[in-house]
Amino acid sequence: MKTDRVSKLSSTHQLARAIPLAAILCALCSFSTSALAQQDPAIISGGIGLLTTTNGGNTSYFPETRPVAVLPLGDHLQIETRATILANFFHRPGDGYDHFTFKTMDYLQADVKAGSHATIVAGEFLTPFGTYNERLTQIWNQTFQDLPLIYGVGTMNTGSALGGMVRGNVFANDRASVSYAAYYSGNSTSGYFGTQRSSGGQAQVYLPESGLEIGASYGRSLGAVHENFEGMHLWWQPIDTGFRFRSEFGRAPHAKGYWFETDYRLQQFGGAESALGRLEPVFRMQQTFRDAPDNNDGLPFVDTKRADLGLDYHLPHEIRVHTSYGRQFSPDGNVNIWETSLVYRLLIPTWKSKH
Amino acid sequence: MKSLETITLGLALSISALAAASGIPQAQSDSQSQAQTNSKLSRASHPATPDRGQRVFQQNCARCHSAPESLSPSASDAIVRHIRIHANLSEADFRALLHFLNP
Repeated sequence: MKTDRVSKLSSTHQLARAIPLAAILCALCSFSTSALAQQDPAIISGGIGLLTTTNGGNTSYFPETRPVAVLPLGDHLQIETRATILANFFHRPGDGYDHFTFKTMDYLQADVKAGSHATIVAGEFLTPFGTYNERLTQIWNQTFQDLPLIYGVGTMNTGSALGGMVRGNVFANDRASVSYAAYYSGNSTSGYFGTQRSSGGQAQVYLPESGLEIGASYGRSLGAVHENFEGMHLWWQPIDTGFRFRSEFGRAPHAKGYWFETDYRLQQFGGAESALGRLEPVFRMQQTFRDAPDNNDGLPFVDTKRADLGLDYHLPHEIRVHTSYGRQFSPDGNVNIWETSLVYRLLIPTWKSKH
Repeated sequence: MKSLETITLGLALSISALAAASGIPQAQSDSQSQAQTNSKLSRASHPATPDRGQRVFQQNCARCHSAPESLSPSASDAIVRHIRIHANLSEADFRALLHFLNP
Protein backbone atom coordinates (compact mmCIF):
# COMPACT_ATOMS: atom_id res chain seq x y z
CA MET A 1 0.00 0.00 0.00
CA LYS A 2 2.94 2.28 0.40
CA THR A 3 3.30 2.28 -3.35
CA ASP A 4 -0.24 3.60 -3.59
CA ARG A 5 0.75 6.54 -1.51
CA VAL A 6 3.95 6.93 -3.43
CA SER A 7 1.96 7.05 -6.65
CA LYS A 8 0.84 10.54 -5.71
CA LEU A 9 4.38 11.74 -6.21
CA SER A 10 4.99 13.81 -9.26
CA SER A 11 8.64 14.32 -9.88
CA THR A 12 8.24 16.89 -12.65
CA HIS A 13 7.31 20.55 -12.56
CA GLN A 14 7.37 20.57 -8.78
CA LEU A 15 9.03 23.94 -8.66
CA ALA A 16 6.33 25.46 -10.84
CA ARG A 17 3.66 23.90 -8.70
CA ALA A 18 5.32 25.07 -5.55
CA ILE A 19 5.15 28.72 -6.58
CA PRO A 20 1.39 29.23 -6.13
CA LEU A 21 1.53 27.20 -2.95
CA ALA A 22 4.31 29.38 -1.60
CA ALA A 23 2.31 32.44 -2.58
CA ILE A 24 -0.68 31.19 -0.59
CA LEU A 25 1.48 30.51 2.44
CA CYS A 26 3.16 33.93 2.17
CA ALA A 27 -0.24 35.59 1.95
CA LEU A 28 -1.42 33.72 4.99
CA CYS A 29 1.72 34.67 6.90
CA SER A 30 1.31 38.30 5.90
CA PHE A 31 -2.30 38.26 6.95
CA SER A 32 -1.39 36.81 10.29
CA THR A 33 1.58 39.02 11.06
CA SER A 34 -0.39 41.78 12.69
CA ALA A 35 -2.19 39.32 14.89
CA LEU A 36 0.79 37.31 16.02
CA ALA A 37 1.65 39.40 19.03
CA GLN A 38 -1.72 38.72 20.57
CA GLN A 39 -2.35 35.28 19.14
CA ASP A 40 -1.94 31.81 20.42
CA PRO A 41 1.19 30.43 18.87
CA ALA A 42 1.32 28.10 15.96
CA ILE A 43 2.41 24.59 16.80
CA ILE A 44 4.41 22.08 14.85
CA SER A 45 3.64 18.50 15.70
CA GLY A 46 3.73 15.13 14.03
CA GLY A 47 5.83 12.02 13.90
CA ILE A 48 9.27 11.00 12.76
CA GLY A 49 9.99 7.35 12.18
CA LEU A 50 12.21 4.70 10.72
CA LEU A 51 10.12 1.88 9.34
CA THR A 52 11.16 -1.44 7.87
CA THR A 53 9.12 -3.98 5.96
CA THR A 54 10.18 -7.45 4.93
CA ASN A 55 7.68 -8.70 2.38
CA GLY A 56 8.26 -12.06 0.76
CA GLY A 57 11.88 -11.98 1.86
CA ASN A 58 12.71 -8.51 0.54
CA THR A 59 13.40 -5.82 3.11
CA SER A 60 12.69 -2.15 2.50
CA TYR A 61 13.57 0.78 4.77
CA PHE A 62 11.43 3.89 5.09
CA PRO A 63 12.71 6.90 6.99
CA GLU A 64 9.57 9.00 7.22
CA THR A 65 8.29 12.20 8.77
CA ARG A 66 4.78 13.64 8.86
CA PRO A 67 4.90 17.14 10.27
CA VAL A 68 1.68 18.94 11.18
CA ALA A 69 1.43 22.71 11.55
CA VAL A 70 -1.53 24.50 13.13
CA LEU A 71 -1.77 28.28 12.97
CA PRO A 72 -4.67 29.92 14.87
CA LEU A 73 -5.75 33.26 13.42
CA GLY A 74 -8.21 34.90 15.75
CA ASP A 75 -11.07 33.13 17.44
CA HIS A 76 -12.77 31.82 14.32
CA LEU A 77 -10.06 30.90 11.87
CA GLN A 78 -7.11 28.58 11.78
CA ILE A 79 -4.84 27.16 9.12
CA GLU A 80 -3.69 23.55 9.30
CA THR A 81 -1.37 21.56 7.12
CA ARG A 82 0.33 18.18 7.11
CA ALA A 83 2.99 16.83 4.82
CA THR A 84 4.51 13.43 4.25
CA ILE A 85 8.18 13.14 3.42
CA LEU A 86 9.74 9.72 3.10
CA ALA A 87 12.45 7.78 1.36
CA ASN A 88 12.24 4.17 0.32
CA PHE A 89 15.43 2.11 0.28
CA PHE A 90 14.52 -1.15 -1.41
CA HIS A 91 16.37 -4.21 -2.64
CA ARG A 92 16.71 -4.60 -6.38
CA PRO A 93 17.52 -8.27 -7.13
CA GLY A 94 21.08 -8.63 -8.35
CA ASP A 95 21.71 -4.92 -8.12
CA GLY A 96 21.90 -4.11 -4.41
CA TYR A 97 19.79 -1.38 -2.88
CA ASP A 98 18.15 1.48 -4.71
CA HIS A 99 16.03 4.28 -3.34
CA PHE A 100 13.57 7.01 -4.19
CA THR A 101 12.11 9.87 -2.22
CA PHE A 102 8.51 10.90 -1.91
CA LYS A 103 6.93 14.04 -0.58
CA THR A 104 3.39 15.24 -0.67
CA MET A 105 1.05 17.56 1.13
CA ASP A 106 -1.63 15.53 2.85
CA TYR A 107 -3.77 18.56 3.54
CA LEU A 108 -3.68 22.35 3.65
CA GLN A 109 -6.94 23.65 4.98
CA ALA A 110 -8.53 26.72 6.48
CA ASP A 111 -11.03 26.03 9.26
CA VAL A 112 -13.68 28.68 9.79
CA LYS A 113 -15.86 28.35 12.83
CA ALA A 114 -19.37 29.00 11.57
CA GLY A 115 -21.27 28.44 14.81
CA SER A 116 -21.52 26.05 17.68
CA HIS A 117 -22.56 23.19 15.40
CA ALA A 118 -20.59 23.79 12.22
CA THR A 119 -17.10 24.43 10.97
CA ILE A 120 -16.46 25.21 7.33
CA VAL A 121 -13.27 23.73 5.95
CA ALA A 122 -11.79 24.98 2.69
CA GLY A 123 -8.72 23.88 0.79
CA GLU A 124 -7.26 20.41 0.60
CA PHE A 125 -8.43 18.15 3.40
CA LEU A 126 -8.48 14.48 4.28
CA THR A 127 -11.50 12.78 2.76
CA PRO A 128 -14.03 12.10 5.52
CA PHE A 129 -14.83 8.47 4.85
CA GLY A 130 -14.58 5.80 7.53
CA THR A 131 -12.12 6.42 10.31
CA TYR A 132 -8.68 5.39 9.14
CA ASN A 133 -7.97 8.23 6.75
CA GLU A 134 -8.67 11.08 9.14
CA ARG A 135 -7.59 9.52 12.41
CA LEU A 136 -4.90 6.94 11.86
CA THR A 137 -2.75 7.95 8.88
CA GLN A 138 -0.43 9.90 11.17
CA ILE A 139 2.40 7.47 11.88
CA TRP A 140 2.25 8.25 15.58
CA ASN A 141 -1.36 7.08 15.76
CA GLN A 142 -0.97 3.92 13.71
CA THR A 143 -1.11 0.56 15.38
CA PHE A 144 0.23 -1.05 12.21
CA GLN A 145 2.29 0.77 9.64
CA ASP A 146 0.44 -0.61 6.61
CA LEU A 147 -2.82 0.92 5.48
CA PRO A 148 -5.82 -1.42 5.53
CA LEU A 149 -6.56 -3.21 2.27
CA ILE A 150 -9.85 -1.30 1.93
CA TYR A 151 -8.24 2.09 2.47
CA GLY A 152 -9.04 3.18 -1.10
CA VAL A 153 -12.79 2.65 -0.66
CA GLY A 154 -14.45 6.04 -0.34
CA THR A 155 -11.18 7.91 0.00
CA MET A 156 -10.94 8.03 -3.79
CA ASN A 157 -7.51 6.36 -3.51
CA THR A 158 -5.64 9.58 -2.79
CA GLY A 159 -7.16 10.16 0.66
CA SER A 160 -7.47 13.87 -0.03
CA ALA A 161 -10.15 16.17 -1.36
CA LEU A 162 -9.83 19.70 -2.70
CA GLY A 163 -12.87 21.88 -2.16
CA GLY A 164 -15.12 22.52 0.79
CA MET A 165 -16.44 20.63 3.76
CA VAL A 166 -18.83 21.38 6.57
CA ARG A 167 -18.56 19.37 9.74
CA GLY A 168 -19.49 19.58 13.35
CA ASN A 169 -21.40 18.25 16.28
CA VAL A 170 -25.18 18.13 16.07
CA PHE A 171 -25.90 17.13 19.61
CA ALA A 172 -23.91 16.16 22.67
CA ASN A 173 -24.59 15.39 26.29
CA ASP A 174 -23.14 12.98 28.83
CA ARG A 175 -24.82 10.00 27.20
CA ALA A 176 -24.47 10.55 23.48
CA SER A 177 -22.82 12.68 20.87
CA VAL A 178 -23.84 12.91 17.22
CA SER A 179 -21.48 14.42 14.65
CA TYR A 180 -21.34 14.75 10.88
CA ALA A 181 -19.23 15.81 7.91
CA ALA A 182 -20.18 16.54 4.30
CA TYR A 183 -17.86 17.57 1.48
CA TYR A 184 -17.46 18.32 -2.17
CA SER A 185 -14.16 17.97 -4.01
CA GLY A 186 -13.04 19.17 -7.38
CA ASN A 187 -10.58 17.47 -9.67
CA SER A 188 -6.90 18.37 -9.49
CA THR A 189 -3.96 16.67 -11.08
CA SER A 190 -1.34 18.88 -9.47
CA GLY A 191 1.48 17.07 -7.76
CA TYR A 192 0.53 18.73 -4.51
CA PHE A 193 -3.25 18.49 -4.86
CA GLY A 194 -3.92 15.07 -6.33
CA THR A 195 -7.68 14.81 -5.96
CA GLN A 196 -10.65 13.73 -8.03
CA ARG A 197 -14.14 15.14 -8.32
CA SER A 198 -16.27 13.55 -5.66
CA SER A 199 -18.68 14.23 -2.84
CA GLY A 200 -19.79 12.45 0.27
CA GLY A 201 -20.03 12.55 3.99
CA GLN A 202 -20.42 10.65 7.18
CA ALA A 203 -22.39 10.62 10.41
CA GLN A 204 -21.54 8.96 13.68
CA VAL A 205 -22.88 8.43 17.16
CA TYR A 206 -20.59 8.20 20.15
CA LEU A 207 -21.74 6.90 23.52
CA PRO A 208 -19.27 8.23 26.10
CA GLU A 209 -20.34 6.00 28.99
CA SER A 210 -19.64 2.80 27.10
CA GLY A 211 -16.91 4.18 24.84
CA LEU A 212 -18.80 2.92 21.80
CA GLU A 213 -18.87 4.68 18.44
CA ILE A 214 -20.89 3.69 15.40
CA GLY A 215 -20.84 5.54 12.12
CA ALA A 216 -21.73 5.36 8.45
CA SER A 217 -20.02 6.93 5.46
CA TYR A 218 -20.99 7.58 1.89
CA GLY A 219 -18.89 8.74 -1.04
CA ARG A 220 -19.60 9.24 -4.73
CA SER A 221 -16.96 9.68 -7.36
CA LEU A 222 -18.01 12.24 -9.96
CA GLY A 223 -15.30 11.78 -12.55
CA ALA A 224 -15.57 9.96 -15.84
CA VAL A 225 -17.33 7.14 -14.03
CA HIS A 226 -19.87 7.86 -11.32
CA GLU A 227 -19.64 5.27 -8.55
CA ASN A 228 -20.97 4.97 -5.03
CA PHE A 229 -19.02 3.83 -1.98
CA GLU A 230 -20.51 2.94 1.37
CA GLY A 231 -18.86 2.27 4.68
CA MET A 232 -19.60 1.57 8.31
CA HIS A 233 -17.37 1.67 11.34
CA LEU A 234 -17.55 0.54 14.91
CA TRP A 235 -15.05 1.51 17.58
CA TRP A 236 -15.17 0.43 21.17
CA GLN A 237 -12.80 1.79 23.74
CA PRO A 238 -14.01 1.33 27.31
CA ILE A 239 -12.98 4.36 29.34
CA ASP A 240 -10.05 3.89 31.73
CA THR A 241 -8.97 0.59 30.25
CA GLY A 242 -6.12 -0.17 27.90
CA PHE A 243 -8.39 -2.03 25.50
CA ARG A 244 -9.37 -0.75 22.07
CA PHE A 245 -11.37 -2.33 19.30
CA ARG A 246 -11.61 -0.64 15.92
CA SER A 247 -13.32 -1.91 12.81
CA GLU A 248 -14.51 -0.78 9.41
CA PHE A 249 -16.47 -2.23 6.56
CA GLY A 250 -16.29 -0.71 3.09
CA ARG A 251 -18.09 -1.48 -0.14
CA ALA A 252 -17.16 -0.37 -3.64
CA PRO A 253 -19.22 -1.18 -6.76
CA HIS A 254 -17.18 -4.30 -7.53
CA ALA A 255 -15.55 -5.28 -4.26
CA LYS A 256 -15.94 -5.04 -0.54
CA GLY A 257 -13.94 -5.75 2.57
CA TYR A 258 -13.43 -5.19 6.24
CA TRP A 259 -10.72 -4.81 8.84
CA PHE A 260 -10.75 -4.93 12.58
CA GLU A 261 -7.97 -4.47 15.05
CA THR A 262 -7.65 -4.82 18.77
CA ASP A 263 -4.94 -3.68 21.08
CA TYR A 264 -4.50 -3.87 24.76
CA ARG A 265 -1.98 -1.90 26.74
CA LEU A 266 -0.96 -3.86 29.82
CA GLN A 267 -1.43 -0.90 32.12
CA GLN A 268 -3.01 -2.93 34.90
CA PHE A 269 0.42 -4.38 35.63
CA GLY A 270 1.91 -1.52 37.63
CA GLY A 271 0.45 1.32 35.59
CA ALA A 272 0.87 2.57 32.06
CA GLU A 273 4.39 3.82 32.74
CA SER A 274 5.73 0.66 34.33
CA ALA A 275 8.08 -1.59 32.38
CA LEU A 276 5.32 -4.10 31.69
CA GLY A 277 2.59 -1.50 31.39
CA ARG A 278 4.33 0.02 28.38
CA LEU A 279 3.72 -3.16 26.40
CA GLU A 280 0.83 -3.27 23.96
CA PRO A 281 -0.08 -6.44 22.06
CA VAL A 282 -1.92 -5.62 18.85
CA PHE A 283 -3.81 -7.69 16.34
CA ARG A 284 -5.45 -6.89 13.01
CA MET A 285 -7.52 -9.04 10.68
CA GLN A 286 -8.71 -7.95 7.27
CA GLN A 287 -10.35 -9.48 4.26
CA THR A 288 -11.45 -8.33 0.82
CA PHE A 289 -13.88 -9.86 -1.64
CA ARG A 290 -13.72 -9.19 -5.36
CA ASP A 291 -17.00 -9.41 -7.30
CA ALA A 292 -15.75 -8.10 -10.64
CA PRO A 293 -12.55 -6.60 -12.06
CA ASP A 294 -12.06 -2.91 -11.34
CA ASN A 295 -8.75 -1.08 -11.58
CA ASN A 296 -9.98 2.02 -9.80
CA ASP A 297 -11.33 0.99 -6.42
CA GLY A 298 -7.93 0.36 -4.85
CA LEU A 299 -8.80 -3.11 -3.52
CA PRO A 300 -6.79 -6.23 -4.38
CA PHE A 301 -7.65 -7.83 -7.71
CA VAL A 302 -8.38 -11.16 -6.03
CA ASP A 303 -9.97 -12.22 -2.76
CA THR A 304 -7.40 -11.59 -0.05
CA LYS A 305 -7.04 -12.34 3.65
CA ARG A 306 -4.42 -10.95 5.96
CA ALA A 307 -3.76 -11.32 9.66
CA ASP A 308 -1.17 -9.30 11.60
CA LEU A 309 0.01 -9.80 15.14
CA GLY A 310 2.30 -7.27 16.73
CA LEU A 311 3.79 -5.88 19.87
CA ASP A 312 4.24 -2.19 20.60
CA TYR A 313 6.41 -0.77 23.34
CA HIS A 314 5.89 2.80 24.51
CA LEU A 315 9.23 4.19 25.62
CA PRO A 316 9.54 7.43 27.61
CA HIS A 317 9.92 10.73 25.78
CA GLU A 318 7.26 10.00 23.18
CA ILE A 319 9.13 7.16 21.50
CA ARG A 320 7.41 3.98 20.41
CA VAL A 321 8.83 0.72 19.09
CA HIS A 322 6.63 -1.48 16.98
CA THR A 323 7.13 -4.99 15.65
CA SER A 324 4.66 -7.17 13.83
CA TYR A 325 4.30 -10.30 11.80
CA GLY A 326 1.61 -10.75 9.20
CA ARG A 327 0.61 -13.38 6.71
CA GLN A 328 -1.38 -12.61 3.62
CA PHE A 329 -3.37 -15.26 1.81
CA SER A 330 -4.53 -14.86 -1.77
CA PRO A 331 -4.76 -16.93 -4.97
CA ASP A 332 -1.73 -14.98 -6.22
CA GLY A 333 0.35 -16.54 -3.45
CA ASN A 334 0.78 -16.37 0.29
CA VAL A 335 3.44 -14.11 1.77
CA ASN A 336 4.91 -13.36 5.16
CA ILE A 337 5.26 -9.71 6.13
CA TRP A 338 7.56 -8.63 8.95
CA GLU A 339 7.54 -5.02 10.04
CA THR A 340 9.39 -2.95 12.60
CA SER A 341 9.38 0.75 13.31
CA LEU A 342 10.76 3.32 15.67
CA VAL A 343 8.58 6.41 15.90
CA TYR A 344 9.04 9.68 17.76
CA ARG A 345 6.24 12.18 18.31
CA LEU A 346 7.21 15.81 18.37
CA LEU A 347 5.29 18.84 19.60
CA ILE A 348 6.76 22.30 19.34
CA PRO A 349 5.14 25.67 20.10
CA THR A 350 6.75 28.02 17.59
CA TRP A 351 7.03 31.01 19.86
CA LYS A 352 6.08 32.21 23.29
CA SER A 353 2.56 33.44 23.64
CA LYS A 354 0.67 35.72 25.92
CA HIS A 355 0.44 32.93 28.52
CA MET B 1 -7.76 -20.78 5.32
CA LYS B 2 -9.74 -22.58 7.99
CA SER B 3 -6.74 -22.55 10.26
CA LEU B 4 -6.32 -18.81 9.73
CA GLU B 5 -9.90 -18.21 10.77
CA THR B 6 -9.38 -20.35 13.85
CA ILE B 7 -6.20 -18.47 14.74
CA THR B 8 -7.92 -15.15 14.14
CA LEU B 9 -10.86 -16.03 16.31
CA GLY B 10 -8.56 -17.36 19.00
CA LEU B 11 -6.44 -14.23 19.06
CA ALA B 12 -9.42 -11.91 19.12
CA LEU B 13 -10.98 -13.88 21.95
CA SER B 14 -7.67 -13.96 23.83
CA ILE B 15 -7.22 -10.22 23.67
CA SER B 16 -10.86 -9.68 24.61
CA ALA B 17 -10.51 -12.09 27.51
CA LEU B 18 -7.36 -10.32 28.64
CA ALA B 19 -9.20 -7.03 28.56
CA ALA B 20 -12.16 -8.47 30.39
CA ALA B 21 -9.88 -9.97 33.02
CA SER B 22 -8.42 -6.57 33.65
CA GLY B 23 -11.83 -5.52 34.90
CA ILE B 24 -11.18 -7.46 38.11
CA PRO B 25 -8.55 -5.05 39.41
CA GLN B 26 -10.50 -2.25 37.74
CA ALA B 27 -10.74 0.00 40.76
CA GLN B 28 -7.02 -0.19 41.27
CA SER B 29 -6.41 0.29 37.56
CA ASP B 30 -8.76 3.26 37.44
CA SER B 31 -7.08 4.96 40.36
CA GLN B 32 -3.66 4.34 38.85
CA SER B 33 -4.80 5.64 35.50
CA GLN B 34 -6.30 8.69 37.16
CA ALA B 35 -3.11 9.29 39.09
CA GLN B 36 -1.03 8.94 35.97
CA THR B 37 -3.20 11.36 34.05
CA ASN B 38 -2.96 13.82 36.89
CA SER B 39 0.77 13.28 37.07
CA LYS B 40 1.19 13.91 33.36
CA LEU B 41 -0.83 17.04 33.41
CA SER B 42 0.88 18.26 36.55
CA ARG B 43 4.16 18.00 34.75
CA ALA B 44 2.57 20.04 32.02
CA SER B 45 1.99 22.83 34.51
CA HIS B 46 -1.77 22.35 34.42
CA PRO B 47 -3.69 21.78 37.62
CA ALA B 48 -5.50 18.50 37.11
CA THR B 49 -9.00 18.41 38.41
CA PRO B 50 -11.39 15.63 37.55
CA ASP B 51 -13.87 17.81 35.74
CA ARG B 52 -15.69 17.64 32.48
CA GLY B 53 -12.62 18.72 30.55
CA GLN B 54 -10.66 15.73 31.73
CA ARG B 55 -13.50 13.46 30.73
CA VAL B 56 -13.64 15.08 27.31
CA PHE B 57 -9.93 14.51 26.97
CA GLN B 58 -10.20 10.83 27.85
CA GLN B 59 -13.25 10.25 25.69
CA ASN B 60 -12.12 12.07 22.57
CA CYS B 61 -8.38 12.62 22.36
CA ALA B 62 -7.43 9.23 23.73
CA ARG B 63 -9.49 7.48 21.09
CA CYS B 64 -6.77 8.19 18.52
CA HIS B 65 -3.60 8.77 20.51
CA SER B 66 -2.12 8.80 23.97
CA ALA B 67 -1.66 11.97 25.94
CA PRO B 68 1.60 13.85 25.39
CA GLU B 69 4.04 13.55 28.27
CA SER B 70 4.26 17.28 28.56
CA LEU B 71 2.19 20.09 27.21
CA SER B 72 3.10 23.72 27.52
CA PRO B 73 0.27 26.16 28.19
CA SER B 74 1.25 28.12 25.11
CA ALA B 75 0.58 25.12 22.88
CA SER B 76 -2.65 23.96 24.43
CA ASP B 77 -4.96 26.48 22.74
CA ALA B 78 -3.86 25.56 19.25
CA ILE B 79 -4.05 21.87 20.09
CA VAL B 80 -7.56 22.09 21.46
CA ARG B 81 -8.71 24.00 18.42
CA HIS B 82 -7.18 21.31 16.24
CA ILE B 83 -8.98 18.65 18.27
CA ARG B 84 -12.28 20.53 18.06
CA ILE B 85 -12.22 20.20 14.27
CA HIS B 86 -10.96 16.65 13.99
CA ALA B 87 -12.97 15.16 16.84
CA ASN B 88 -16.12 17.18 16.08
CA LEU B 89 -16.29 18.47 19.64
CA SER B 90 -19.36 20.33 20.75
CA GLU B 91 -18.91 23.94 21.82
CA ALA B 92 -19.36 22.98 25.48
CA ASP B 93 -16.82 20.18 25.26
CA PHE B 94 -14.40 22.45 23.43
CA ARG B 95 -14.56 25.05 26.17
CA ALA B 96 -14.33 22.42 28.92
CA LEU B 97 -11.24 20.91 27.35
CA LEU B 98 -9.69 24.31 26.82
CA HIS B 99 -10.30 25.21 30.44
CA PHE B 100 -8.94 21.87 31.60
CA LEU B 101 -5.69 22.16 29.68
CA ASN B 102 -5.25 25.87 30.13
CA PRO B 103 -7.20 27.05 33.20
